[in-house]
Amino acid sequence: MLPIIFVLPLLQLVILSNAATFEVKNIKFGYIDNDHTSTSRDLVEKFNASTYFNVLTNFSSEALASAAMLNGEVDVVLQIPQYFERDLQKEKHNSLGVSINAIDGAAAGVENVYVTQIVQGFNQNIKVDVLQVSDKQMQAIRIETIPLFWYNKTLNYKTFMVPGILVLLVTMITLFLSGMNIVREKEIGTLEQINVTPIKKSQFIIGKLFPFWLIGMGLLTVGLLLAKLIFNVPMIGSLPLMYFYTSIYILVILGIGLFISNFTDTQQQAMFIAWFFTVIFILMSGLFTPIESMPKWAQTITEFNPIKYFVQVMRMVMLKGSDINDILPQLLKTAFYAFIMNGLAVWSYKKTN
Amino acid sequence: MSIIISNISKSYKKVNALKNISFDVKSGELFGLIGPDGAGKTTLFRILTTLLIANEGSAKVADFDVVSEYKSIRKSVGYMPGKFSLYQDLTVEENLEFFATIFGTTIDENYDLIKDIYVQIEPFKNRRAGKLSGGMKQKLALCCALIHKPKVLFLDEPTTGVDPVSRKEFWEMLKRLQQKGITILVSTPYMDEAALCDRIALIQDGEILEIDTPQAIVKHYPKQIYNVKANKMYQLINALNDYKYNHSVYPFGEFVHYTDSRMDFNSKDLEVYLESKNLSSIEIEETKPTIEDTFMELAK
Repeated sequence: MLPIIFVLPLLQLVILSNAATFEVKNIKFGYIDNDHTSTSRDLVEKFNASTYFNVLTNFSSEALASAAMLNGEVDVVLQIPQYFERDLQKEKHNSLGVSINAIDGAAAGVENVYVTQIVQGFNQNIKVDVLQVSDKQMQAIRIETIPLFWYNKTLNYKTFMVPGILVLLVTMITLFLSGMNIVREKEIGTLEQINVTPIKKSQFIIGKLFPFWLIGMGLLTVGLLLAKLIFNVPMIGSLPLMYFYTSIYILVILGIGLFISNFTDTQQQAMFIAWFFTVIFILMSGLFTPIESMPKWAQTITEFNPIKYFVQVMRMVMLKGSDINDILPQLLKTAFYAFIMNGLAVWSYKKTN
Repeated sequence: MSIIISNISKSYKKVNALKNISFDVKSGELFGLIGPDGAGKTTLFRILTTLLIANEGSAKVADFDVVSEYKSIRKSVGYMPGKFSLYQDLTVEENLEFFATIFGTTIDENYDLIKDIYVQIEPFKNRRAGKLSGGMKQKLALCCALIHKPKVLFLDEPTTGVDPVSRKEFWEMLKRLQQKGITILVSTPYMDEAALCDRIALIQDGEILEIDTPQAIVKHYPKQIYNVKANKMYQLINALNDYKYNHSVYPFGEFVHYTDSRMDFNSKDLEVYLESKNLSSIEIEETKPTIEDTFMELAK
């Protein structure tokens, strides 16, 4: 069992961190060139040169392009109108049609940005080419923004995802193991034998918590090692602080697990409830979607989500080098949570029914 | 008195598992709780071992109240549930050590109490409990229940699913434990084991039918029982069931135990009747009632 507990999550860390990316690559791109001029070919060439787009087909008609989109053969279709080059030179502006497959809304948003960027770049070049020198003064003043990405300069998604996925693994493993634990003893009947002994409730719960607490800390250690060795994630903050926070955090999760265990009769029920909460906790943790973009009521709910705090703390400490004062709010909330959950676990564990 | 049960009732939602049960078990007694599955034996055990709280009534075990002094009871009783409930992935020795530690004692301290039993499983002490045979598991469970030298021992169907030889050995062990001054309350669905107890309580549908020594209980049987035998068993039972004077008909080994509703029963009449039903080699003879007969009569 122990190898399974360690090997599977780490496989997950390696696979998920490489796979769960927000970058959209290899976009299937098609175009309808009604113009057939050097300008329109230049534009298509721009897309071809981009690493994000795979230029697939030149559709001869809009109907064909729509059919291909319906079949899922293309994700983005660019429509270049007739007399594109001529109108551009004459009227100094023109419009392009872009259709994007938005079944995956997030990907469609990203694709839209890519398309806009390429067209804008093309715009700049074309101005130089087609505008007369005399038109120079007519050019509008442009404001350019130059973003700087702090704490993750290259916007490397792995730097951002690995701490989050590590959080996920530590949480899932400890929650499932502890959630299954007492209920398993109920199922095989050993709990009945334990209940007639003079062992105290708190002793029993601590005895149940401690092994999983150790496993959780072990998982964190191996996970951090892999993060450093395989993904080379920067670890600016202090490691002892990460361990200190995690040691309290695991207590919360174990408390929840034992609480579930006390209220269920079979491992199947425990598994189901544990899953229910993990899914909510993970999706509302800010790991995949920013909490700031959630509706107000959902943001309130995330206050009760321990994973949210863990994700925040790991990212803050690892990437930003936050010290104990910076994570104090999270730390206090987690400690309070741990106290409540374990209190409930001890209280709800009844030796008599 | 080691166990005093007064007016205990317990119901689970709609089922009345125990209905107003009262009886006492003397110190050092081997007391049997005899009844079919679902009679309420386990419920009573769980109440006495403080795992369940009765709806009504009170009970004392080793002079401690099962509700208010449950902590003291847990220190002074041994409980062996009907289902094997030791840690299957711990070895024999580890299980024993674990339970000794929980009770704040050591194996050495009470070794003399479990010695007789433990020597039988000692050759397998490094084997995992889950890999033991049924009889071995029972012995280990008994050792674990005895490791803290309990005053009262509760055994819930300890011999169910155990082979006849192990069953016999098990009862011999119980007798020896009794001699060491431990009060034992044992439940069993096997009527033949009842005769080995000092006193028995017959229980059915949550009610006590009778409490007495096995010998006395048999004497309470109101009628004369006849062993009836014929060449065809099935037809014999059918014929006896159709006989208008019958009082009870139960198959019992190679015989049918038959009682008649008339006071002046003559076995000749029955023989003539059975012959008229095309049965041959008919034997009818008087026999003594067993606990099983008594139970069947009471449970009618």
